[in-house]
Amino acid sequence: MMDTLGIFFRSIFIDNMVFAYFLGMCSFLAVSKNVKTSFGLGVAVTFVLLITVPVNYLLDKYVLSAGALAWLNPAFADVSLDFLTFILFIAIIAVIVQILEMVIEKFSPTLYNSLGIFLPLIAVNCAILGASLFMQERHFTNVGQSLAYGLGSGIGWTLAIVGMAAIREKIRYSKIPKSMQGTGIAFIITGLMGIAFMAFLGISFN
Amino acid sequence: MSKNWNLITAPLRKANPVTVLILGICSALAVTAKLKPAIVMALSVTVVTGLSNFIISLLRKGIPAKIRIIVQLIVVATLVILVDQFLKAFMYDVSKQLSVFVGLIITNCIVMGRLEAFAMAHKPWESLLDGLGNGLGYGSILVMVAFCRELFGSGTLLGYQVIPQGLYDFGYINNGLMILPPMALIIIGIIIWLQKPEEDRK
Repeated sequence: MMDTLGIFFRSIFIDNMVFAYFLGMCSFLAVSKNVKTSFGLGVAVTFVLLITVPVNYLLDKYVLSAGALAWLNPAFADVSLDFLTFILFIAIIAVIVQILEMVIEKFSPTLYNSLGIFLPLIAVNCAILGASLFMQERHFTNVGQSLAYGLGSGIGWTLAIVGMAAIREKIRYSKIPKSMQGTGIAFIITGLMGIAFMAFLGISFN
Repeated sequence: MSKNWNLITAPLRKANPVTVLILGICSALAVTAKLKPAIVMALSVTVVTGLSNFIISLLRKGIPAKIRIIVQLIVVATLVILVDQFLKAFMYDVSKQLSVFVGLIITNCIVMGRLEAFAMAHKPWESLLDGLGNGLGYGSILVMVAFCRELFGSGTLLGYQVIPQGLYDFGYINNGLMILPPMALIIIGIIIWLQKPEEDRK
C-alpha cells in the first residue's frame, strides 16, 4: 500500500512528465495560453492516462513480455513478443481514445463539448505513450501500482500546464525583449519551473 | 536542383522544426545531457522522418482519408521498431541510455506533422528530401544543446576530457546545473532568442 502511494506522489512531483522528461511538450506549449482550456486538456490527459496505463500493463504482463504467454500453453514459455511493444501500445492508445470519444459524446454532451476538441490530439501526445513505456521499464508488480502511476502522471501534467498557463496570462503585461516574446520566454519559464520542481527531489517515500 | 536543395536547407534555419515551428520537443530533450546519445537520436529521427515520408508519399493515393492517421502511425511505428532493434543489436550501451525515448519517436510531432503537411501532397523523392531535411534541422538543435550541456556540465565532449586539468587547478568547476533537465529548455530559449532577430532581418 505504501509503495502504491509512493509511486503516486513520485509521479506527480519528482518524476513529473513535463519537468523531468519533457513529455507532452508540444501541446503543453501550444495550449497553455489560458487557464481554462489548459485545465480541460489536463483533465482529458489524466483521464486517458488513467485508462491506458493499466490496460497496457495487462497487455505487457499477459502478452508481450518474455514468457508471458505461458498461461495460454506451457509450450509458449520461452516466447517473447516484446519487439511488438511500440506498435501494440500505440494501437491500444488510439483505440481507447477513439472509444472514449464516442462514449463521452453519447453519455455526457457537456463534458464532450469541453473535452471534445482535445481528445483526438491526445492519441499522439507523447506523455501518454511515454507513461506506458515508463510503466513497462519500471516493472510494477500489480495493476494498482500502474493505476497509481497513470493517475499521478496525469495530475502532475495538469499541475504543470495550469501553472504555466497562469504565468503566461500574467506575463502578457510585462515588458519582454522583442525577440524573446512568445516561444522564447515560454521555454525559459518552463525551465525555471523545472528548477523549482527539483526541490522535491530529496523527498523519499520508502 | 535548387528547389530540391531548398527542401533540405530550409528546415535547418528559417523553418526549423524545433525553434521556429515548436514541434517535436517532447521526446528528445532528455537525451541531450551528453553528446553521443544526442547524435544517435538525431540520426534515428532523420532516418525515421525520411523513410516514413517516402513510404507515405508512395501510398498517398491509396490511403482512405478517414483512417490516414492510423495508417501513418503504423508505418512510423514499424520504422521505429526497426531502428530500436538495430540500436539494441549494434549499440547496446547507447540504446540503454536512450531507453524509452527511441519509442517516443512514434509520437514525435515532427514525424506526424511532416506526413500530414508534406508527404500526403507531394511526390516520393521530394518527400524523402523534406523528411531528411526536417530530421537534420531537428538533429542540429539537439546536437547544439548537447554540445553546450556536455561541455559546461561535465567538461567533456563525446566522453573525452576537453577542459584542461590546469583550469580545474585554478578553481574552475563544472556547472552541475547543466546536467539537470531544466537547463535544456533554457538553452533552447536562448537559441531562439539569438536566432529570431537574424530571421527577422531577412
